[in-house]
Amino acid sequence: MTDTLTPAAARSTDTDDVARLLDHTGSRVADERLDPWIADVDAAMLRELYRDMAMTRRLDAEGVALQRQGHLGLWAPAHGQEAVQVGTTWACHDDDFLFPTYREVGIELVRGIEPADFVMVWHGAKHSSWDPSVAHVANPQIIIGAQSLHAVGYAMGIQRDGGDQVAVAYFGDGATSQGDVNEAMVFAASFESPVVFVCSNNQWAISEPVGLQAQYPIAGRAPGFGIPSMRIDGNDVLACVAAMRWAADHARSGLGPAFIEAVTYRIGPHTTSDDPTRYRDPAEVDYWRARDPLARVEAYLRRMGAFDDAFRDSVQADADRFTAAMRAAVVEATPPPPQRLFENVYAEPHTGIEEQRAAFMAYLDGFGAEGGAA
Amino acid sequence: MTQLTLGKALNAGMRRALADDDKVLVMGEDIGKLGGVFRITDGLQAEFGPRRVVDTPLAESGIVGTAVGLAFRGFRPVVEIQFDGFVYPAFDQIVSQVAKLHYRTQGRVTMPLTIRIPWAGGVGAAEHHSESPEAYFVHTAGLRVVAVSNPQDAYTMLRQAIACDDPVIFLEPKRLYHAKGEVDVDADIADAAPLGLARVVREGSDVTVLTYGSHVTTALDAALAAEDEGISLEVIDLRSISPVDYAAVTASVRRTGRVVVTHEASREGGVAAEIIASVTEKCFHYLEAPPVRVTGMDIPYPPAKLERYHLPDLDRILDAVDRVMGRPNSLSEVSA
Repeated sequence: MTDTLTPAAARSTDTDDVARLLDHTGSRVADERLDPWIADVDAAMLRELYRDMAMTRRLDAEGVALQRQGHLGLWAPAHGQEAVQVGTTWACHDDDFLFPTYREVGIELVRGIEPADFVMVWHGAKHSSWDPSVAHVANPQIIIGAQSLHAVGYAMGIQRDGGDQVAVAYFGDGATSQGDVNEAMVFAASFESPVVFVCSNNQWAISEPVGLQAQYPIAGRAPGFGIPSMRIDGNDVLACVAAMRWAADHARSGLGPAFIEAVTYRIGPHTTSDDPTRYRDPAEVDYWRARDPLARVEAYLRRMGAFDDAFRDSVQADADRFTAAMRAAVVEATPPPPQRLFENVYAEPHTGIEEQRAAFMAYLDGFGAEGGAA
Repeated sequence: MTQLTLGKALNAGMRRALADDDKVLVMGEDIGKLGGVFRITDGLQAEFGPRRVVDTPLAESGIVGTAVGLAFRGFRPVVEIQFDGFVYPAFDQIVSQVAKLHYRTQGRVTMPLTIRIPWAGGVGAAEHHSESPEAYFVHTAGLRVVAVSNPQDAYTMLRQAIACDDPVIFLEPKRLYHAKGEVDVDADIADAAPLGLARVVREGSDVTVLTYGSHVTTALDAALAAEDEGISLEVIDLRSISPVDYAAVTASVRRTGRVVVTHEASREGGVAAEIIASVTEKCFHYLEAPPVRVTGMDIPYPPAKLERYHLPDLDRILDAVDRVMGRPNSLSEVSA
């Protein structure tokens, strides 16, 4: 008989109850479940992980600056969450298909998305920039949790095509309260679909603490759906790589879905419109600043003798180039033409939208050379 | 030609689509061994297997949301929502994802979903089993909304909807599932009238009656009765209510000068209101009388023993015809 009595303790708030390979001082710790998955990660690979994380931090800071300077309508800072974004993406195969949220710029960076494509969405020029079929990354999702079902459906398609890819659903702690995330786990488990759920638990859903979404650790829910799970230190990039390799291998092997709760922290506001000083204790932020995902990799690499000024300067130069291109793209952008309004509403001719477009363009033409087009 | 019920015609249409294109798959609750609660998918799972005809968990957002992911992968899912009133849990996926992903991805992702909904009332069903939600979807850019009224259209339009690269809300009047008619099952959909065109079901010269779904039958009954009084009704089956075939509608209204729009969905913010606004804009100088709506009441769908009062019938349509003809009608006393 199944024992359905569970402990009542509010352990979702115990953020240190996680599996990790690199502690916040940059010391390597052993974990027999995770260790085998990073046996090949040498100093050179770790430097690449560091490079992608540092570039993510730099482009994220640039995003905030561009918003403050009026070039972007909004930005959702990723500061503090670089390890889970970069590490999990890094552990995927290039053709694994990822369904991110609006905050996952580290995924986009690792997948080679162009600098301009990070900003045009937030600049307001278009709703998405890259081709999902090339990058194998869906357009960023804003409706909380909706993409988790898309990932499961994509994985159902992989099963039908006989492919060995996996689909990855990214979402936050707040999304675990949504019906869609729970329905996604039901569908994935029932059909044994090759999908990995990655919950970036950054402790806050705008102003609502994780305890309002979950009393018990979020990773504890997945086994109830029949999905194996792991709760890891989301600020430890090695643990993120290892856990994702475990989860993707599980899914790829035909064993069905897997779930990762990456316990991390959002250092900045939810978005640039938000004021976290209204709801957050500064001591909490200091606690997490001391657990910075980049600093611990740097410390570890220094111990290995693999972090020097030349390396730091080359990372800095890469980040500067990337962010300069980002800035140039948004500063030099021209406003989209008005006919763009009507493009791609439908894939096939539609008399309603065609009539409206013709009428509006005729109206604009009435302004002559001045053009109503500005 | 074959005699088929509307339900069997839908079944034949899906079978043909599954056979013609291996990217087509059918998903929904109880659609496999049971063949759907209305048996519309009867036998399809036995023929095409459980990977193409998929019994899903009982979660409407899950059904539509996973269909979105399958479309991302290049599939063409045909989704069955078990009853009209059960589509609301999937509303977010339909209006925020299905309808908008082509636009949001600048055309890079297509959403060729067909969302089949056993639709509307008149069958004495329980609560939440007789809803007419079409106006919600008509109001959403990116969706096409069609309603069938006869077996031939059911067969042809379902295949057209499945072949369409846009998402289609496909409304199936439950009241007509057992209605029989001739169906040419060998017809090529390339030769059929394109999805989106209306059809003049009965020609007439005095009043244009615009309707869709099971109300086409009611409107035709009204036309027969009106004929006895010397009034000639032109009945148009809109078939597509997003987009509406305004070329056909305005051609008729400019001849008759009088318009009645009827549907069983309630009135406020409804499809009839939209059509009358557009017809007035396009044909104002041709109108001999203010257009009139004949709709369900602005109430939650009533209990089965009361639904006959809610649903527009032949007499309510004739009363509206009297109004647009300037004859004595139920409002004569009120307006006098």
